[in-house]
Amino acid sequence: MTELRYLAPDTLDEAVGAFAKAGSAARILAGGTDLLVQMRSGVLKPGVIVDIKRIPELTAIEQTADGGFRIGAAVSGMALAEHETFGKVWPGVLEAVNLIGSKQVQGRASAGGNLCNGSPAGDSVPAMVAAGAIVTVQGPNGRREMKVEDVPAGPGRTNLKPGEILVSFTLPPRPPGSSDAYLRMIPRTEMDIAVVGCGVSLTMKDGTVTAARVGLGAVAPTVLLVEDAAKALIGSKLDDAALAKAASACSAACRPIDDKRGTIAYRIKVAGVLLKRTAAIAAQRATQKN
Amino acid sequence: MNLVTNNKWIGQRTIRPDGMDKVTGRAQFAADTTMPGMIWGKVLRSPHPHARIRSIDTSKAEKLPGVKAVVTSKDIVDFPIEKGAVMLGIQDMRWMCRNVMARDKALFPGHPVAAVAATTEAIAEEACKLIEVDYEVLPWSIEIDDALKPDAPILHEFNKFDGKPSNIVGRLEHKKGDIEQGFKQADIVIERTFTTRPVHQGYIEPHACLISVAPDGKTTIWSSSQGQFMVRAMTAYLTGIPQSDIRAIPAEIGGGFGGKTIVYLEPLATLLAKKSGRPVKMVMTREEVMRATGPTSGSKSTVKVGATKDGRIVAAHGTFYLQAGAFPGSPIRGAAGCSFTPYDIPNLLSEGYDVCSNRSKVAAYRAPGAPIGAYAVECVLDEVAEALKMDPLDFRLKNAAREGTKAAHGPVFPRIGYVETVEAAKSSPHYAAPLGDGNGKLRGRGTASGFWFNAGGESSAQVNITEDGNVVVTTGHPDIGGSRAGIANICAELLGIDYRRVSVIIGDTQTVGFSNLTGGSRVLFASSMVVTQSTEKIIQTLRERAAKIWEIDPEAVKWENGAAHPASPNAGQFEPLTLEELAEKAPAMGGPIGAGVQLNTQGADGGFGTHVCDVEVDVDLGIARVIRYTAVQDVGRAIHPGYVEGQLQGGVAQGIGWALNEEYIYTKEGKVDNPGFLDYRMPVCSDLPMIDCIMVEIPNPKHPQGVKGVGEVPLVPVMAAVANAIYDALGKRFYALPMSPPKVVEMLEAPTRQAAE
Amino acid sequence: MAKVHVTTSINGEPMEFLCEPSDTMLDALRGPLALTGSKEGCASGDCGACSITIDDRLVCSCLMLAVESEGHEIRTIEGLAQGEKLHPLQQKFLEMAALQCGICTSGMLVASDALLRKNPDPTEEEVRFWLAGNLCRCTGYDKIVRAVMETAQELQNQEMRAH
Repeated sequence: MTELRYLAPDTLDEAVGAFAKAGSAARILAGGTDLLVQMRSGVLKPGVIVDIKRIPELTAIEQTADGGFRIGAAVSGMALAEHETFGKVWPGVLEAVNLIGSKQVQGRASAGGNLCNGSPAGDSVPAMVAAGAIVTVQGPNGRREMKVEDVPAGPGRTNLKPGEILVSFTLPPRPPGSSDAYLRMIPRTEMDIAVVGCGVSLTMKDGTVTAARVGLGAVAPTVLLVEDAAKALIGSKLDDAALAKAASACSAACRPIDDKRGTIAYRIKVAGVLLKRTAAIAAQRATQKN
Repeated sequence: MNLVTNNKWIGQRTIRPDGMDKVTGRAQFAADTTMPGMIWGKVLRSPHPHARIRSIDTSKAEKLPGVKAVVTSKDIVDFPIEKGAVMLGIQDMRWMCRNVMARDKALFPGHPVAAVAATTEAIAEEACKLIEVDYEVLPWSIEIDDALKPDAPILHEFNKFDGKPSNIVGRLEHKKGDIEQGFKQADIVIERTFTTRPVHQGYIEPHACLISVAPDGKTTIWSSSQGQFMVRAMTAYLTGIPQSDIRAIPAEIGGGFGGKTIVYLEPLATLLAKKSGRPVKMVMTREEVMRATGPTSGSKSTVKVGATKDGRIVAAHGTFYLQAGAFPGSPIRGAAGCSFTPYDIPNLLSEGYDVCSNRSKVAAYRAPGAPIGAYAVECVLDEVAEALKMDPLDFRLKNAAREGTKAAHGPVFPRIGYVETVEAAKSSPHYAAPLGDGNGKLRGRGTASGFWFNAGGESSAQVNITEDGNVVVTTGHPDIGGSRAGIANICAELLGIDYRRVSVIIGDTQTVGFSNLTGGSRVLFASSMVVTQSTEKIIQTLRERAAKIWEIDPEAVKWENGAAHPASPNAGQFEPLTLEELAEKAPAMGGPIGAGVQLNTQGADGGFGTHVCDVEVDVDLGIARVIRYTAVQDVGRAIHPGYVEGQLQGGVAQGIGWALNEEYIYTKEGKVDNPGFLDYRMPVCSDLPMIDCIMVEIPNPKHPQGVKGVGEVPLVPVMAAVANAIYDALGKRFYALPMSPPKVVEMLEAPTRQAAE
Repeated sequence: MAKVHVTTSINGEPMEFLCEPSDTMLDALRGPLALTGSKEGCASGDCGACSITIDDRLVCSCLMLAVESEGHEIRTIEGLAQGEKLHPLQQKFLEMAALQCGICTSGMLVASDALLRKNPDPTEEEVRFWLAGNLCRCTGYDKIVRAVMETAQELQNQEMRAH
């Protein structure tokens, strides 16, 4: 039986130091809603747990000078929901973060943990990808920034370097006529892992899409940025032809597996269905704001 | 029959006796108990679906510091197969002794092969890993079709069917008339084959026990079960300790639904406690519950129904193959015996086949077997009604079993309430309401009926008047759905006192007489009989005491409103003597007042229900949701309507889960791939609508309060009602459960593909 | 193995306990703290039977390390009633038969209380989605949802009368 040490540093530097020093035996604890399940089931036996919730930067939600948002990696979904303006600007990201598990889980689970857990089915990830979020990571060699879609490396793996800790997500400022949405398919109404998840972020002007990003989850080893789908939407008025083309692009991008949660054929079909529905919601939100 | 009328408490929604403890977190469930010096037991389980156990070496585990005892099958009393069945209720101890601990073969992944007790759970787990088991891995089969193939691996070589080694370990049939002749009279015949997946009872409380064995062998068991006497008897059988030395104390039980009518942990913990000299606690993880405790069967059924143009069913044939799991004993009796019973069918053959395969041994699940059979039968009846252009409820009414109908499984029905349930469903606001617009989703409505035998059997009760004139009732059945509340209502009614003066508790095996399992929808039926007779004895005593005090004839004393009153010719001559006053005078007037009754109760009539279900289907995603549901049932007499409705609503919710999402999924290696709540997908709160109940009360003439069992019927019709509703929405019929989203989409797309070809 | 000393507050009372660093809050509640009202149904956050609040935030105590309670305020089912006076939700669950076996009841009540604190007048849909993390296998949820909504209504009426 390996002894576990629990550390709850107050500063990021301490956290990075401790995390790097402990090497592969260490795990970061934010909400813990994945980590504790893995520990209890015996999948993981960490030697050191570094709890990052006492570090102010990791639990802060800030509006940046240019009008964007910076969200600490350990901010819980509930805390994000309680922020005055975040949900108005990024309703899709917020709904995605708050589809992670139950209300109990939302009180703990963070977008940072959801991303670093490396599941292709993490709900917040396609929405963050669609939002064009940039993540800040800090490690023994200092800080760097990455596109959110570059973080996952495969199921359960990330492209963070040894000792690096995810610090925050930065979401860009929103031009007028912008909004986003996230939908997922699950067999029940709650409490399931996404069979397919789809995030769409749009900017519209006079009914025409001027910018779009599409993120797709649970259909490949990592969450996908589907640029072909975005291209199909940009310049369109979200007419049936454009939506069909974007939906086909989503289905074409899928490289899913058959598993207990869904079949290959089903996931491919649903990716297209969700794209259409998610784009419609994002567009409605984007135009409402005008 | 002395039906109580003008009831004060019967039929009232009183506060349940155990309610306060449960809303404040005080209630003691099995895992909540501790004892000084307690240690922890853990089970080592087979990773293989089928393997011969060549040897087990526990020496390394025994040497691990903190380990106090190890047991293997050598420590469990053997019931040799060749010596024949040793039955305890419906369980054969030959299978039970092999189910709690694999002997020569491990028969499913999760089958216990050894158990360890250590000072901490972590050490016990670590020790399990140090046990070396030499397995000879064997070929295996899980699905019925695979288990029935000519070259299928045989689980029990001794078993022969048609003269050959086989996994068919049992068959039964119910027959009436001549189906060949019957089908000749039919204008329309529909035959369909259905499959269902194994599903788990899904109780939220994992199995748990705490057991102490004193040096003299006196054993105390705290455990969560549907029968403390079953726990005592099985533990006695499997450990060799006499029943008189085992006190099994029923902890509060966190759900059972049939799944806690057998033991898993108690014999192991008893042996570990005996060997170690320490109290041993064992608690299953959710994963262990899902891998190793009884789900119900997966099934394959073929049902053929023939009817005349005017809507009379003239013949029916059902063949039901049910997975038993590792050992014989699937609920073919319920599948073959209940499915056609709501109907008066002159020519009927209903056959059940019990099929072993390499998955955990099935345990009872709410009306065992009946929902599986009813799913197939009620779906075919829906098709027949449609072909005849008849309303499905009218079709059922036309063929309904009534008083005097002879059921294929034997009984000639007394006054039953099936017709009334169909009529109530037909005239319900739900059935009359338009389906409404699905806003892009397709809506449909389905109906189905169901039957369950219900049960009587052995019950004991002791009713005692306390020195201050209140009442303590002790019964022998674990309360899983509010039976204590029903008993309090009945006892208060009979004594004419406030129900809050009646304390109802569940006795342990050494303080109350033998009482059979909480199962079969028998508890309130049977225990209210013994409580009624006990209370009547007490009332007789109270009348005699008052007569003695007044020096009149006991026959001239009546008991009313909690007091003895002089009846004519002495009416008005004496002040009434209340229960409190008579209790106070008890020491001088003959001693303590109390009575106990033990009976093998008879007269449990079967129960019938008819359900109406509305669904809404998102055709692009294949998601079907139940948006409105009405359950109609003949409940006999609703002693506590709140908990009767609760039984109906809970059964319906389980059926909706079974219909839409719940299933055991297996890996290519034969292991359960979804052994947790996350991927097993029971209905959550947001999945369900309100579940409306219509309680039809046709009192059971053989019961003092008219009680009929109510717990099991409500699961029986559900899957068919949902399937028929989905057909109504989509125009396509499903012949397999669950109707989960990928399967709905696959079905919807299938004909398009065919058309394109 | 060295145990960790934790100082926290449980149901308004200062509390200290020792635990393994890997123990969950649920382990600590049910073990050294002897508060067995919180139940373990799954140990994976899927059933909600272990629901508690930490600093008024609803969580599954099986998904939180016991050491994380250091310096925080924990509330459990045992703290819901005020002395002998039941919380209105507890009373309503009793009156409306919103429990059968009782194993989910602690978590249901803690979660429902958290809902009504946040949203005193929830719709049926809001109640159902809020309680989606609390599995009940006995009741079909019908009576639970009704009890929560009726409690909310009563509390609202009391509130209105008070003004």
